[in-house]
Amino acid sequence: MDLLQASFKNVSDAVKAKKISATEVTQFFLNRAEKLNPQLNAYIIMNANALEDAALVDQKIFKNEATDVLAGVSFGIKDLLCTKGLRTTAASKILENFIPPYDATVVARLKKAGAVILGKLNLDEFAMGSSNETSYFGKCKNPWNPDFVPGGSSGGSASAQAARIAMGTIGTDTGGSIRQPANFCGVVGIKPTYGRVSRYGIVAFASSLDQAGPIVSSVEDAAVTLEVICGQDEKDSTSSSKPVPSFSKNLSQNIKGMKIGLLKEYEAKGTLHPDIEKTYLRAIEELKKAGAEIVEISIPMTEFAVPMYYLIAASEASSNLARYDGVKYGFRADMKDLSATTLEDFYSKTRGEGFGTEVKRRIMLGTYCLSSGYYDAYYNKACQVRRMLKDQYVEAFTKCDAILSPVTTSPAFKIGERVYDPLTMYLNDIFTTATNLAGLPGLSVPFGETKEGLPIGIQLTGSHFEEQKILNLAWVLESASSVKEKVPRVY
Amino acid sequence: MIDQKTIQHIAQLARLHVTSEEATMYGDQLTKVLSHFQKIAKIDTTGIEPLVTPTDIEIYLRPDEVKKENVAEEMVANAPEKAGNLFKVPPVV
Repeated sequence: MDLLQASFKNVSDAVKAKKISATEVTQFFLNRAEKLNPQLNAYIIMNANALEDAALVDQKIFKNEATDVLAGVSFGIKDLLCTKGLRTTAASKILENFIPPYDATVVARLKKAGAVILGKLNLDEFAMGSSNETSYFGKCKNPWNPDFVPGGSSGGSASAQAARIAMGTIGTDTGGSIRQPANFCGVVGIKPTYGRVSRYGIVAFASSLDQAGPIVSSVEDAAVTLEVICGQDEKDSTSSSKPVPSFSKNLSQNIKGMKIGLLKEYEAKGTLHPDIEKTYLRAIEELKKAGAEIVEISIPMTEFAVPMYYLIAASEASSNLARYDGVKYGFRADMKDLSATTLEDFYSKTRGEGFGTEVKRRIMLGTYCLSSGYYDAYYNKACQVRRMLKDQYVEAFTKCDAILSPVTTSPAFKIGERVYDPLTMYLNDIFTTATNLAGLPGLSVPFGETKEGLPIGIQLTGSHFEEQKILNLAWVLESASSVKEKVPRVY
Repeated sequence: MIDQKTIQHIAQLARLHVTSEEATMYGDQLTKVLSHFQKIAKIDTTGIEPLVTPTDIEIYLRPDEVKKENVAEEMVANAPEKAGNLFKVPPVV
């Protein structure tokens, strides 16, 4: 069995039929990670118990107890999700030594379905970044070219997936953090509807925007993973009770008559990289060929998505990150004499030393937006405009089934190229942030490449809880794609 | 324009020590970022209810059952300094 190309279903079927053991699969990916990870820095923590965990899956199968859909499938988890007994750092110094006493619901559900956790994957510190350059544990590289960023914030997940040092990975997406790195690394990434996936046990960044989702090698694997991780959780009151469809069984390439919306506002931008534009136009043609109808739609508020996003995300972050105070867990600054320190100095010193530059920048921005005298002008105003944006999306989805767009204006950029210019870095998120603000599902599927061989994806955005439609459309594009089976030669 | 006095005030509100170099850098960058963000100020939002969560929240209650999870010993195991099951902090009174 070619484990680099096999689907989750192939592998779990083979494991359940005892043609290959979960231990063998795990060992294969551990070996591969050991060889390739030093060049990529995708994993920042390995699960020392991975083989024991795999042996437990094998024991269950031996006793004919396990019929689970992910039996023996090896997963890497973004290090923003709590893993019981396995360090969870958010790629920050302030959580460097934190060992969670529980699993995030997403992780618990993967394990219950028979998946084996290989380790924890790199990210921008607290998921704040678009390039994986703000990680306390060093930059992660793009496996297609080590001079380029893998994207972010789930850079480690996309990098590991592209290099196939995991069979599947989990990322999180607050403003594009699943779709943008998937796009830069040539893999499939989906951010579900807000409320589809429990946020319990995920280190909070911006609670009204965060969602976890799979970054994997195919649309089918994405559908299978979604079935496992979606669904209501009593530990997250924002998780939805809507039934979870059998995404993988319902996959269909019959998209005849489906209406694909193209946003007028995006076309006016005129700043697309020529290879991205070409890929985008080709995707439109491909969907037309398969019987879809193209309609022009307009969502004027998308023009304001980036400022809206940064004001809201920074405000929520400044509040969420107040919990890192050096008392209950995590880093505590060295205080020579605790009894001679004021509580305020104790907090400030710990947080000043524990957080990195980008995280502090966003805490400052968010605190400013929430502070007396500015709350109405910034935070409240952004939330009002957010409602207008959502209403315009709801209206647009009465005219179309999904919206097609590029994921980013440019392909992966060079490491270091934008790190000193936060505004340019923020503006990079123009196509992805609106999806989170409106709570919609969105995905990136590989569909092309640049002249230099860097991957290019296409974004599909669906109406609330309509993941199936965008998965089906993505499946059509994936089948027509010339890049679907390409695996990077890791140097 | 965000001056240094404002930066120091914000840092104090956020309980975040920033060095004078950081304060200068953040002052410049936040000024630039916020001036770009000013463009939403011009949008007429009269009478619009702010949206704070993007999908409707269903209120539900879970069964009130006793479960042995999140026990104190496990929860305080990560504390930087503790005494028994208590967190050690500077004097607060």
